[in-house]
Amino acid sequence: MATGSGKLDGRRLSVGQRLLAHLALAMVCVGFGLPFVWMLSTSLKTLDKTAEYPPRFVPSPVQWNNYAQVVHHPKMDFLAFARNTLIVAVLSVAGTTASSAVVAYGFARIRFRGRGALFALMLSTMMIPFPVTMVSLFAIFRFLGDHGMGQWLGTFKPLWVPAWFGSAFSIFLLRQFFMTIPEELSEAARIDGCSEVGIFLRIILPLSRPALAVVALFTFMWAWNDFLGPLVYIQDQSQYTLSLGLQTFQSMHGGAQWHLLMAASVMVVTPVVVLFFLAQRTFIQGIATTGIKG
Amino acid sequence: MSGRQWRQLGKGLAFVSPWLAGFCLFMALPIGMSLYYSLCDYSLLKGPLFVGLENYAELIWRRDPLGRVGDPVFYQSLWNTMRYAAMALPAGMLVSLGLALLLNAGIGGQSIYRTIIFLPSLVPVVASAMLWMWLFRADPKQGLINGVLEMLGVTGPSWLADKTWAMPSLALMSLWGVGHTVVIYLAGLQDVPRELYEAAEIDGAGLWRRLWHVTIPMISPVIFFNLVMGIIGTLQVFAVPYIMTGGGPERTTYFFTMYLYDNAFNYLKMGHASAMAWIQLVLILLLTGAAFWSSRRWVHYQGK
Repeated sequence: MATGSGKLDGRRLSVGQRLLAHLALAMVCVGFGLPFVWMLSTSLKTLDKTAEYPPRFVPSPVQWNNYAQVVHHPKMDFLAFARNTLIVAVLSVAGTTASSAVVAYGFARIRFRGRGALFALMLSTMMIPFPVTMVSLFAIFRFLGDHGMGQWLGTFKPLWVPAWFGSAFSIFLLRQFFMTIPEELSEAARIDGCSEVGIFLRIILPLSRPALAVVALFTFMWAWNDFLGPLVYIQDQSQYTLSLGLQTFQSMHGGAQWHLLMAASVMVVTPVVVLFFLAQRTFIQGIATTGIKG
Repeated sequence: MSGRQWRQLGKGLAFVSPWLAGFCLFMALPIGMSLYYSLCDYSLLKGPLFVGLENYAELIWRRDPLGRVGDPVFYQSLWNTMRYAAMALPAGMLVSLGLALLLNAGIGGQSIYRTIIFLPSLVPVVASAMLWMWLFRADPKQGLINGVLEMLGVTGPSWLADKTWAMPSLALMSLWGVGHTVVIYLAGLQDVPRELYEAAEIDGAGLWRRLWHVTIPMISPVIFFNLVMGIIGTLQVFAVPYIMTGGGPERTTYFFTMYLYDNAFNYLKMGHASAMAWIQLVLILLLTGAAFWSSRRWVHYQGK
């Protein structure tokens, strides 16, 4: 990303304009940041301190125990929810990254009849939202279970098996990246007797680590976030993901226990925030490429 | 085709076969099945029974004994979804473009501002629903928003519990997650060649004219991309209203996808749900089609 070079539309701004822009951005950032601070603050308050006017941002006393209460909740096993979410996320990440890379290589590097049409078809599937296929997919997974092809509903399988068939978004992103790798590298390897699979594995993949990281990261985020999928396919509470668990926790407590609810929310958000700070560049560049090349 | 072309075709298909298989199993097949189910009375408990256009008639055009056309809940969920789109989509596009322009002004501190603006868009949807339910609490002792308003001498509405305010509340909350779009705009803005601005400046164009005649046309493909993604996204909104309002109060935030979900998994009317899935598909095609059609007039691609 270009670093700030003092330009809005290419012209240096006056001091007044710069101040004004800083002021506007600072106000927006307060608005965007305060909810986080409030969530954290509520999560460390005692129950009676969650209802206070005027609002207080610094909790006193600081109630770390809220987190322990959530983790050791008698009716909610958040550690199990976290484990379930991780299982689904890891399997989805592995599947999406591996299969999307293979497919993207076909679309980027092999000239074959109908490639353009197939690629266009793939892009158009990005427009089809999950609710459109959800009902029939449910029927399909039920059918498989009823006809001796393994249990699907009430397991994690509907959530991660489709990932092993590539995702249109990831294929698109990887294909764009593969296209930027000079064709001469493949040619040279081909002359040395390298097979297509060999070229893919030994030349393209090692050069594509940044793009593969973007795909892995986005898939992880998506799996961590998903609510409707688990809501439709998961039945037993022992198999809930964090999203589903958090929502159940909320509906169980109705309009009370906000300190515990916020503590649980903080725990769901924290891994994502940590991941972001570890891989900031990957995030930003990944999003930037998808937008521009779209 | 020559032997070489056949070999290429085989190789190509081998590589794309995972996607092709997935497309058939998880996309084409379910879409085809839901077309069939949409013509059936299907409760999941019993097998599907063909009834023709019955489901569509009940949803869209059949008059009930009171003379109302179609299913009032269906129309209400559609109307709510459109109302939400009409609020959240333009607001989100304007705010994100405005923020991207400010961030791109190169006034320093860009990376800090950008991080703070981007972070909320990463928050898992269930967690942000929890947080905003808490922020929107009507009692100023609990809800931070009304607490702050009270300090300013304003009595805030009861937000999610208020028929008039529930939908705007959800649209307002959606602005918190706009950071993703901001980053896309920023990338687009950084691709605008500097010479264009310099040329416009020499011609005496001020800030606004450069924005209107250089920046906006140059990033119009990015605006278009965000518009299409926005249309598709808002048409399928589900988790946030499902968790935060349950569709209430009095169904004022009952979205299309929620009715689809309820039909399928709570009322076991898979036929109705499938018909709604197809209506949703057609709506998306129509709306994105309209966006593509209009794009010829306002989206400028650089000659490549």
